[in-house]
Amino acid sequence: MTNEKTGRFGQFGGQYVPETLIPELNRMAAAYEEAKQDPAFQHDYRELLANYANRPSLLYYAKNMTKDLGGAKIYLKREDLNHTGAHKINNVIGQALLAKRMGKKRLIAETGAGQHGVATATIAALFGFECDVYMGKEDTDRQQLNVYRMELLGATVHPVETGTKTLKDAVNAALQAYAANPDDIFYVMGSATGPHPYPSMVRNFQSVISEESKLQLQKAEGRLPDKVVACVGGGSNAIGSFAAYIDQPAVTLIGVEAAGKGLHSTDTAATIELGSTGIFHGMKSLFLQNKAGQINPVYSISAGLDYPGVGPEHAFLAATKRAKYVGITDDEAVGAFEYIAKQEGIIAAVESCHAIAYVQKLAPTLPKDEIIVCTVSGRGDKDVAAIAKYQGVEINE
Amino acid sequence: MSKIQQSLSNQKSFIAFVTANDPDLETTVQNVLALAEGGADLVEIGIPFSDPVADGPVIQKADVRALKDPNLPVDDIFEAVQKIRQQSDVPLAFLVYCNMVFQYGYDAFTAACAKYGVDGLIIPDLPYEEQGELTPYTKKHGIDLIPLVTSQSGDRIPRLVKGMTGFVYLVSSNGVTGQRSEEDFSQNLDQLVDSVRRATDLPIEIGFGIHSPEQANEMAALADGAIVGSACVAICEQYGRQAPAHLKDYAQEMVTAIRG
Repeated sequence: MTNEKTGRFGQFGGQYVPETLIPELNRMAAAYEEAKQDPAFQHDYRELLANYANRPSLLYYAKNMTKDLGGAKIYLKREDLNHTGAHKINNVIGQALLAKRMGKKRLIAETGAGQHGVATATIAALFGFECDVYMGKEDTDRQQLNVYRMELLGATVHPVETGTKTLKDAVNAALQAYAANPDDIFYVMGSATGPHPYPSMVRNFQSVISEESKLQLQKAEGRLPDKVVACVGGGSNAIGSFAAYIDQPAVTLIGVEAAGKGLHSTDTAATIELGSTGIFHGMKSLFLQNKAGQINPVYSISAGLDYPGVGPEHAFLAATKRAKYVGITDDEAVGAFEYIAKQEGIIAAVESCHAIAYVQKLAPTLPKDEIIVCTVSGRGDKDVAAIAKYQGVEINE
Repeated sequence: MSKIQQSLSNQKSFIAFVTANDPDLETTVQNVLALAEGGADLVEIGIPFSDPVADGPVIQKADVRALKDPNLPVDDIFEAVQKIRQQSDVPLAFLVYCNMVFQYGYDAFTAACAKYGVDGLIIPDLPYEEQGELTPYTKKHGIDLIPLVTSQSGDRIPRLVKGMTGFVYLVSSNGVTGQRSEEDFSQNLDQLVDSVRRATDLPIEIGFGIHSPEQANEMAALADGAIVGSACVAICEQYGRQAPAHLKDYAQEMVTAIRG
C-alpha cells in the first residue's frame, strides 16, 4: 500500500509539480536514498541532533495534569526543549545535511508561525548557506519577533502578499522561487507535505520523536503507550510522533487539527475532518476546497496549523483508520495554553496546545492504568502577545 | 493528425492566451474570437485557479479578477466555449491546474472538452510521472494532452513526447510565466529544440516570457511558433471589457512579426 520509492501512500502522495522541478526532485530523492544508507550521513545527523539540537528531548511525566484530570497517566514529549524551540530543527538538520551533500549553496523555506523559518535560518547560519524564507504577510505581522530572529540569523525574509497571505501562499512563493532556480537551491520543506520525496523524507527525519519516546517510556513504565496525541497542520510533528508506533496496533494514534472557530464554521483548518481528496502543492491528499476545486481560505489562531492541506501519509492513515483525527477550537487551545502553564509551568506553543486541549478531554475518560504520550511540538514564547490580545489584555513591550 | 497539430503544422504559428472570466465570460468569448480574427493559430483559455503556482504576477492577478466569485462553475466556462464554437473553429486548449480537472472528474472533464470543442489540455502540475491517471480519458475522448519540455528535462525528452499529440510546449526558461528580457531565456535553446526535434514530429512551440514582436519572431524562427500569455493578459488587464479590439490588433502585429 505504501511505496516509499514512488512516494505513494495508498492513493495519496505523488509528484504533482511542473516538469521544471521533476528532474531536481528525482536527484534529491536519489541523493536521499543514498544518504539514508550511508553511515557517515547518519552519524552526522545523530551527532548534530545530540550536540546542537539538545536531543534526546525529555519524556516528562506530567504529574499535576495527571492528578488534576484524574484519569490516564500523561507523559509529555518535550520538543519545546530543542534548540530553536520546536520539533522543526530535527527535519532541518537532516535536509541541510542533504543539501550540503548535493553541493547546494542556498536554502529556501516557507514558514507559517516562523518556527520552521527560524530553524532553517539557524542551520543556514551554522553551515554557511545563504537563506531565503517565504512567509505570508499576515504571518509576518502576527509573528514579528520570529521575523526579526530570522534576520538576526542572516536570512532574508520575503513577506508574501498574494492570496490569503498565509502559509499556503508562502509555499506557493517558495515553490516558484525553487522553479526559477532548481540547480542552485535546496528547498527545505517544513512539513511532511509536498511532492515526493518530501513526505517520506520529513517523516523519517521527524521519526526520532517516537523512536525516543518508545525507548523512554519502555524505561519508565516498561511498556508501550495506549494513546499518542499530537497536533496536525501539515503534520510533521504528528507523523514523527506516530512513526515508531504505526506497526503497533495496540497504540491508538490521534492527530489534533485546528478547528478554528468550530467545525461547523467556515473559519477552520480541520482538513482531515472536513476536506476532500484533491491535488495541490505537489501532492494528492486531503484539502479544504470548494466544489469547483478552488482551495479555500482557512483559519486558525495558530499560524502553524493554518494550512488547507495535510501530508499524504496522514490522509492515508485516516483513510485506513489507523489513526484518528479530531478538531480543537481556538477557545479550547487558548484554554489549554493557560492550563498547562498553570499546572505544569510550561508555556507551550499554541499549535501544541491543540493537542494538550484534546488530552484534557481524553484523559478523564480513561482508566488510571492507561498511558497517554502527548507531543509538545514547540514552546509558546512566540504566542504570549497574541494570547494576551485574544484575552483582551493590553501589553506594552 | 489532431486538429491542433494540423493548425500548427501549416506555418510558423502564434498561440495566444486569455484567462476565462477576466473580467467576465462574455468578454472572454469576444477576446477569443478577436484573437482568432487577428490570426492566432491556437487560443489557450486559462481556467482560473486560487493558487496558480506556475504563473507569474500578471496571470496571478488575472486569476484573482476572474475569481471574484470563487464558486465560478467550470460548466460556465464550457458554456462560453460553446458560444465561441458557434462563431469560430479556431483550435482551443485549456490551461488548467490539475485539481480543477480532478474535481470535475477526469472522464467527465475530457468528455465535456470533446462535447463543447476544446481540443487540448495543458496541465502545468501534471508531469509525465503522474499523467497515467488522465491519459486513458484524453485518449478515449480524443483530447490532446500537451507535453511540456524544459531545459531541465535532458534525457527525459524522448519519454515526455513519446505517443503524445498536439504540439510540444517548450518552456523558454526556468520559473513562472511572465515577461523576460533576452538574457533570461535559457542558453542553448536551439540545442533544446534540436533534442525535441530528434524525438518527435510534433510542432514545437516556445512559451514563457515572450512579449515583444521581435522576441516572437526570434522564437518562432528557432522552433515552429511562439506562445504569448502574460502579454495578452496585460492587455485584458488594461482594457477590461474593451480588450477584444486591442487583442485583435496585438495578434495581427504578432502574426506579422512571426510570419514575416
